[in-house]
Amino acid sequence: MRGNGSRPGGAIPRAAPDLGVADGEPTLLTGWGRTAPTLASLHRPADAEQVAELLAQPGARGLVARGLGRSYGDAAQNAGGRVLSLLDVRGVRGFDPKSGLIAVGAGFSIGDLARLVLPHGWFPPVLPGTSHVTVGGAIAADVHGKNHHREGSFCHHVRAFELVSPGGEQRTVTPEGTPEVFAATAGGMGLTGVVVEATLQLVAVETDRVRVDTERARNLDDVMERMERGDEDYRYSVAWIDCLARGSALGRSVLMRGDHATRAELSGGERSGAALGFSPPRVLSAPPGVPSGLLSTPALRAFNEVYFRRSPRREQGRLEALHSYFHPLDIVGDWNRLYGPRGLLQYQLVVPFGAEDALRQVVERLAGERAPAFLAVLKRFGDGRGMLSFPIPGWTLTMDLPAGRTELAPFLDGLDELVAGAGGRLYLAKDSRLRPELLEAMYPELGRWREVQAGLDPEGVLCSDLGRRLGLGGGSRR
Amino acid sequence: MKDALGSVESVLVLGGGSEIALATVRALVARRTRTVVLAARRPGELESVAGELRAAGATTVETVAFDAQDDAEAHGRLVDDVFDRHGDIDLVLVAAGVLGEQSRDEHDGAAARAVVGTNFLGLVSAIVPCAERMRGQGHGTLCVLSTVAGERPRRSNFVYGSSKAGLDAFAQGLGDSLVGTGVNVVVVRPGFVRTRMTEGLDPAPFATTPEKVAEAALEGIAKGSHTVWAPPVLRYVMSVLRHVPRPVFRRLPL
Ligand SMILES: Cc1cc2nc3c(=O)[nH]c(=O)nc-3n(C[C@H](O)[C@H](O)[C@H](O)COP(=O)(O)OP(=O)(O)OC[C@H]3O[C@@H](n4cnc5c(N)ncnc54)[C@H](O)[C@@H]3O)c2cc1C
Ligand SMILES: NC(=O)c1ccc[n+]([C@@H]2O[C@H](COP(=O)([O-])OP(=O)(O)OC[C@H]3O[C@@H](n4cnc5c(N)ncnc54)[C@H](OP(=O)(O)O)[C@@H]3O)[C@@H](O)[C@H]2O)c1
Repeated sequence: MRGNGSRPGGAIPRAAPDLGVADGEPTLLTGWGRTAPTLASLHRPADAEQVAELLAQPGARGLVARGLGRSYGDAAQNAGGRVLSLLDVRGVRGFDPKSGLIAVGAGFSIGDLARLVLPHGWFPPVLPGTSHVTVGGAIAADVHGKNHHREGSFCHHVRAFELVSPGGEQRTVTPEGTPEVFAATAGGMGLTGVVVEATLQLVAVETDRVRVDTERARNLDDVMERMERGDEDYRYSVAWIDCLARGSALGRSVLMRGDHATRAELSGGERSGAALGFSPPRVLSAPPGVPSGLLSTPALRAFNEVYFRRSPRREQGRLEALHSYFHPLDIVGDWNRLYGPRGLLQYQLVVPFGAEDALRQVVERLAGERAPAFLAVLKRFGDGRGMLSFPIPGWTLTMDLPAGRTELAPFLDGLDELVAGAGGRLYLAKDSRLRPELLEAMYPELGRWREVQAGLDPEGVLCSDLGRRLGLGGGSRR
Repeated sequence: MKDALGSVESVLVLGGGSEIALATVRALVARRTRTVVLAARRPGELESVAGELRAAGATTVETVAFDAQDDAEAHGRLVDDVFDRHGDIDLVLVAAGVLGEQSRDEHDGAAARAVVGTNFLGLVSAIVPCAERMRGQGHGTLCVLSTVAGERPRRSNFVYGSSKAGLDAFAQGLGDSLVGTGVNVVVVRPGFVRTRMTEGLDPAPFATTPEKVAEAALEGIAKGSHTVWAPPVLRYVMSVLRHVPRPVFRRLPL
């Protein structure tokens, strides 16, 4: 035994000192959606050396890395095989407060990163909708934030990372030195190796506030028009769409855009205080054993009505705390439990600019009675980065759905066809149900990715449930 | 892999010619299932079904020889062979079964034994290696076709009923033992289903169709249910019948 011995599940590790970290704990794992649990042996390497040790002896059903398990589906699971939790590989190897370059372990979370660097006037370059994701998970999914239209995805800001490949060899990967490996790993869903450390370029900020402009849009065309016109003026932009509104109000939204507040923009009192801190409030938790019917459509309709009406028609320059702007949901620890025992899934699509009609059709179908989604998030994307990175220049729409409805399967299959037909795609980090036949059409660089992946993992050691389901990586070849 | 909405990619059917099983497989292929292995006594007879499933979108359809009356070793070999060649099997559907002929079977030891040997012993020896392989792969669903007739043995078909009661109890116990392994056991208890098996018999109350049973089974597989009644009302009917005193139960025209 080594490490801190606190394995998930609280089980007492078996006494097998010679096996060390290779002796994992059988653990049922799911993603954030809590659907399709599978059993794997969960290992918790303490450092890069132990990661290499595990990769050198992968077992019959291979292995895959896992961060904080915030992907919605089965990306960080490996049924019958090994899963490597990187949560103990979280050291800070170097931080230069002058240039804003930082090297951290892959298990370091984005929230911890923000807390660490904000007092020095720096901020993570990209924040997904929750701060509970690891740097490794952010690279593997090449995550995007509200600033994608201007600043790209997470891997646009990664200067280098350390990748341990099957066999145990460790290499330094950079966008210039090893562009193919870099582009295959960015968004490669853990199937090109295990990232143990990354060097990131942070962005400079003066305060811990965001200056937010809010406006209401009458319908989908209205909000898209506003975004096309104004997004370039804002670093961050996101719109919340009421999916229950129909007719001429179809797609009515609240558009929230902003940027980091400068020191000059803070009022006197705020300026003099300790200006820089990232301290989300205490985490509350959802009550256990919630019945699945809690999120009923009438209740949601009422909620949306209130939410939409409460939002100002137009408001400029409101100052908000960083965490409340970026991660309003993080204060409720495990809100995914609100969806009951059958869990939830998140459907996130992107269609290229020019395919606005497809987007409109998606929103129309959602507003039809059949889909129990109530809020969707709309964003504009800029350029993509990795071969399997999700973002392409276009419109992305995201919604949560309860998994417990049988009629959802054909409904979403229909949306998939629409999206693929429009040259769009789904986000693998959110996926838990895509039909594998559509993957090729959605990801035109898949062929190239497969070549690079096979070069890095000739024996097909890197396996995940997502990979088995969709035919990616080792799971599809053994 | 099973996906978040309960669709599976691969299925092995023990008793591949069963009408209930085929209704289930057709519904599966209409969703996502691409690999289908039909194990039956006379696999040759399933070629046209295989062709139909391929036309419906299945990419791998195979028919293999399986007789529930074979010994455990043969069952083990068959199961290993299927899992080895096709990789993960997400769903095993256990559908083989014979109704027997009560009026003969209750007087003929060999005939009674053949019913029990097929419905209970033979399936147990095929289910065990499937469960072992699924434990190893860390996921999967075993769906076992039981019957309401196993809930309480009736004088009119207790040979069949007792064989199914044995299978049902075995499957339930196995399901409990597999909790926490990623493998789930779904026991399906249909009432009277209009199929080959019941041809010529008078339909019992709440008679249903293979398609309806298939739908209920798939819902149970998706949900991760332990028990599925088809139609659902039979759960309540049977819970009443279970408590009827024996002297009365004996006289019921069941
Ligand atoms: C509430 C919520 C909001 C979200 N909002 C956004 C958003 O706005 N934008 C966005 O892009 N995403 C968003 N996500 C998704 C999330 O950012 C990604 O799924 C991210 O990958 C999760 O990181 P994780 O550390 O939890 O990784 P996990 O979920 O544990 O793993 C995800 C993938 O990364 C791989 N991986 C993890 N660590 C490593 C490593 N060290 N080396 C190699 N591979 C590794 C895994 O194998 C797996 O394929 C959101 C998720 C939630 C729950
Ligand atoms: N129909 C009902 O009313 C009803 C009700 C409740 C439960 N069930 C159960 O549901 C299951 C399917 O029944 P069904 O209605 O679909 O009837 P079915 O079409 O007759 O199916 C039964 C299958 O079992 C196969 N079989 C019989 N003996 C076998 C053996 N020794 N080895 C391998 N396979 C064997 C048969 O194959 P052959 O082609 O080789 O004969 C047949 O394909 C059965 O387990 C049955 O007990 C049926």
